[in-house]
Amino acid sequence: MRKHGALFALAYAVIIYGFIFLPVIVLVLFSFQGTLFPVPPFNGPSFRWYQVALGDERLTSALANSLFVAAGSSLVAVLLGFLAAYGFARYRLPGDSFFRGLITAPLSVSYLIIGMGLLIVFNGIGAPKSLAAAGAGHVVINLPLCFAIIYSQMGDHQVNIERAARDLGAKDWQVLTLITAPMLWPALFASFFLSMTFSWDEFVIAFLLTRFDTTLPVEIWSLLRSGLSPKTNAIGSVVFGISVVLVLILELVVLRRRRP
Amino acid sequence: MTEPLAVVRNVTHKFGTMEVLSNISMEIRPGSFTVLLGPSGSGKTTLLSILGGFITPTEGQVLISGEDCTLMPPSQRPTTTVFQDYALFPHMSVLANVAFGLRMQGFKRRERVAAAIEMLSLVGLDQAAKKKPHQLSGGQRQRVALARALVVEPKVLLLDEPLGALDLKLRRQMQDELKAIQRRVGTAFVHVTHDQEEAMALADEVVVMNAGRIVDWGAPETVYLHPRTRFSASFMGESTVFSGKVVSVSEERLTIHTPLGRLTVHGDAAAGQEIHLAIRPENLKLQSTRDVWLHLGRAQVSDVVFQGSFKRVTAVSQSMPPVPLVLRAGADELVKPREYVDLYCKPSDLILLRT
Repeated sequence: MRKHGALFALAYAVIIYGFIFLPVIVLVLFSFQGTLFPVPPFNGPSFRWYQVALGDERLTSALANSLFVAAGSSLVAVLLGFLAAYGFARYRLPGDSFFRGLITAPLSVSYLIIGMGLLIVFNGIGAPKSLAAAGAGHVVINLPLCFAIIYSQMGDHQVNIERAARDLGAKDWQVLTLITAPMLWPALFASFFLSMTFSWDEFVIAFLLTRFDTTLPVEIWSLLRSGLSPKTNAIGSVVFGISVVLVLILELVVLRRRRP
Repeated sequence: MTEPLAVVRNVTHKFGTMEVLSNISMEIRPGSFTVLLGPSGSGKTTLLSILGGFITPTEGQVLISGEDCTLMPPSQRPTTTVFQDYALFPHMSVLANVAFGLRMQGFKRRERVAAAIEMLSLVGLDQAAKKKPHQLSGGQRQRVALARALVVEPKVLLLDEPLGALDLKLRRQMQDELKAIQRRVGTAFVHVTHDQEEAMALADEVVVMNAGRIVDWGAPETVYLHPRTRFSASFMGESTVFSGKVVSVSEERLTIHTPLGRLTVHGDAAAGQEIHLAIRPENLKLQSTRDVWLHLGRAQVSDVVFQGSFKRVTAVSQSMPPVPLVLRAGADELVKPREYVDLYCKPSDLILLRT
């Protein structure tokens, strides 16, 4: 009986993980396809499509754009999130619980709504569609996340440490840069890399707010419109690989912190 | 009398409607070790924060070296604080922690490292310069905090229950070190504690606080031997306190009617006035001698606790109303609970309390 139970559990686990990872495995597998179509039978492995994909200037420049937007928007989101968290944690402001709720509210709004809202606003003020506009959109979606992570790590025990620094002559900006930010380093690092991963494969906002120069997910989408090709699998695998690297960095930082 | 280094003048502070300090005035002499002693909630830490500039008092002034510092932020005051939780910078080495204040003042790296190393060797931690705070023991962290605050050469060093987090043995050891360091650097220290033994060990000047007021002050010996108030008589060491009524006055000799008999003490009071008398436990004796002849009546022993060098005896007098008494009997004296004993003292050991 117990043996049957264990067998059932194993089968269940295989199905669950298969359900989650099979599409990714198929995608990656057929990126190594040797022939024209990413359908069985598999006749690789071949790096032919990686060469094609990485030789395609539109794809490589979109990849660079994506990295640029992800890094830039994450940096801004972490900076703003940090300053907001510092303000809320260290000063008593009128109606601060309301404003604290308000700053995290975008977490619950769909990306489509945020994208459309920004599109209308940028149109209204005459700002053209661009990578910077998409970057601004990514700041909007990632700022609440950065704020929440950093704010959760700001404790009262740090207040006396900042006070000691002031007592020894540090000015406000010196307290922020020399004491508070380094003490919160793991939280800043984690929120930066989490923002990177979210910005990196974000599609809807980038699709709505960019035109000529665009990010990789949007470029892949336009590739897909002209039909399936192992080239899309190849570039998709690159996207996936970079996401994995970002998540791994994040995990390493968080795990290293948990282990005292 | 030397010019005071710091003066607190008529300071009152309120948190909301609650008055935590009421009209406090005190002076700190240069090079002195002042201890603010009081139970929690007595306002001693608030007073220290006002000296350090972390709190602006509702009323009153703080002057340091004659300069009005009441509104000056902590960074501009000639004071530094050693915090109760040490508040070391966790991401910096011990050396960087100690050198921080000099870095803020714009000293060159070489100068500040040299000064920090010198200060670290003063507190005996020059070997630990490269370590991070979390690698140090509680006592070592304490010393780093002390070095960090002293290296900028403050005029007044403020210590907020700095020994509170240490165990008893380490605490007594750090007390001695603290006193030695203070003598060597010659900076005025203001130290907050609720531990009266610590206060007596460290202080040149004790300021006893209760409920937002200064209730006694002076050298530890003075406060111990001649407490001004009932509070300081029972907080600074133990005392037996009992009430009485002045029945006659002649040439500063008061005859007082008390539950323990008709007693005569030196002092200043009017006939008919209700007053309190106190006597220290070591001055209450179970036998009379040539000096110790004043009989305070009989009492029933309620408890005897052996404490090594003496026995702490609590008893209740047979008088009406009964008076709870505390005394120290010799370690080899035979006293047992429920026994009846006679009590004696030297007339001059009776302390007249003002309030």
